[in-house]
Amino acid sequence: MDLLLEAVVTGVLLGCFYAAVSIGLSVSFGLLDVPHVAHPAFLVLASYAVYFLNDGYDIDPLLAGLLITPLLFVFGLAAYRLYYETFERRGSDAAVRGIAFFFGVAFIIEVLIILHFGVDQRSVTASYIGKSWRFGDMRIPLRLMVAFAVATGLTVLLATYLSRTFMGRAIRAVAQDEEAVRLMGANPVRIKQWAFGIATAVLGVAGALLIIVAPVDPTLDRAYIGRTFCVVVMAGLGSMTGTLIAAIILGVAETIVLTMFGASWAPAISFALLLGVLAVRPQGLLGRR
Amino acid sequence: MMKRNSLAFWGAAVLFLAVVLLATQLVSNEYWFFAGYVILQFIVLSVAWSILGGYAGYVNFGTSAFFGVGVYTAVLLFKAFDAPLLVQIAAAAAVGALLGFAVGLLTLRMQGIFFSIATIALTIVIETTVTNWRFLGGAAGIQIQRPPVTAPFPSYVQMLVFVQASLVVISVAIARYIQNSWIGRGLQALRDDELAAECTGVPTLRLKMVACVISGALMCAAGAPAAMYLQYADPASAFNLNYSVSVLAMALIGGTAHWIGPVIGAILLGITQQLLAVTISSEVNVLVLGVMLVLFVVGAPEGIIGLFRKGRRAEGKA
Repeated sequence: MDLLLEAVVTGVLLGCFYAAVSIGLSVSFGLLDVPHVAHPAFLVLASYAVYFLNDGYDIDPLLAGLLITPLLFVFGLAAYRLYYETFERRGSDAAVRGIAFFFGVAFIIEVLIILHFGVDQRSVTASYIGKSWRFGDMRIPLRLMVAFAVATGLTVLLATYLSRTFMGRAIRAVAQDEEAVRLMGANPVRIKQWAFGIATAVLGVAGALLIIVAPVDPTLDRAYIGRTFCVVVMAGLGSMTGTLIAAIILGVAETIVLTMFGASWAPAISFALLLGVLAVRPQGLLGRR
Repeated sequence: MMKRNSLAFWGAAVLFLAVVLLATQLVSNEYWFFAGYVILQFIVLSVAWSILGGYAGYVNFGTSAFFGVGVYTAVLLFKAFDAPLLVQIAAAAAVGALLGFAVGLLTLRMQGIFFSIATIALTIVIETTVTNWRFLGGAAGIQIQRPPVTAPFPSYVQMLVFVQASLVVISVAIARYIQNSWIGRGLQALRDDELAAECTGVPTLRLKMVACVISGALMCAAGAPAAMYLQYADPASAFNLNYSVSVLAMALIGGTAHWIGPVIGAILLGITQQLLAVTISSEVNVLVLGVMLVLFVVGAPEGIIGLFRKGRRAEGKA
């Protein structure tokens, strides 16, 4: 029983962390319909950038994550521009080739990381990593608490941005009806480009959290394809609140299966959940349709 | 016209098999067979992939699932009943057809990226199941002792090359048949506009199921001899996502409008990969694969056969 309780508590914390790594995809895929399979690869790339700053210049991983955020934003703007010019504008089977394109990009990133950093696991050092808090019999690693706090903050921040600011509302308007936005005299492509930039920029902090929670290796993105897409689809495309709820469900499911059946089943959980959601309720928990 | 085409095709197929058979008798350097086997295997996989991925436009990322299931069907039959190679392949094809049917039922109602993501998900779920299956060796993998080779072939690998070459002929013949029949026309119609096709009376779901079953059976059959080829099988490499992406890249780079596209793509990329793996490293190999995939998807969406057609059209104008 205690074990189960601990699993649930850890699961909730882990879930909030999953929300942070998925929230970018919730914007790029959920709102903009970009088949962004390379999202987890971008995430791992951000983690390595954080590792580079932490290892070489002794910068706190979270601060390092913030430092690379503007860089990622520009990178996101450029990436969307390329995607738009080569696929969306040409129409027809843009989605089919878009997926292939992003898969190719993910592979290229993976290999570049391997060539530069090697295949070994990398981790960061900070004062809050390696310690843990005790609540009665429960032991909660402090690194998970930090991830939980920052992840929740990030998710709330992005959700507020999308619902309260002018640009945020414009992004949601484009997601709802692109043609109507065009008729209002706004340029939907520039709004989408901005949104994709933001979706990529949040990967700075998310990547920092990824390497704080556990060591990363170059092929970690493959496991996170399942987790991030599971969260975004389960959430109902583009719903920020849904993202948080879905991520917590995934986190709890993972830790419970982990305690009951062992780690060897762990990789399948997110994918199995994803299949289940697609088969039973493709519009997700808080879906638009 | 159609008749003469068919005659040429079957003539070429028989000639191809005869050359492979002759090579197994005359060439003694085993390296050529090790390399050739991999290329032939990729031809079967990418031709099979493009039946669903190319003609119907459903991007299947589950190639590694089918391939891995083929490998493990062969391992299971060999370990439990000492089944001969041909039985292993036939059984793998049957299992592949069943799996294709199940995958189709579960996922073919989804479109675009949802289908692709669902096929990745299926790969990981099956891989995890095999990893947790003790009898098949679990995560550590399983060693396989090859049985003695049968009559005309000097070594087992050379026999496998001939078997895989036969699979190439079978899969190309099937792909060619589909392309020229009403199935292929129906698939192309639903690829261009699924709703319009459905409205004009094309049985879209049934056609997609047929494509998925045939494609799955061929992919599994291609995977079955791999266990004997490597004398070893483990889930992490049998279900490796690299198979999915390589096969996808080969089909798209060759071009998916005609069955010759995936064949060209597989030969081209297969040879490049063999050269790179020998001369540089397997990482650079994957890098080249990724870069070529991105370049072709961006620059030449119709693949190599598209480039040729464009060239011919330009010539015609000039």
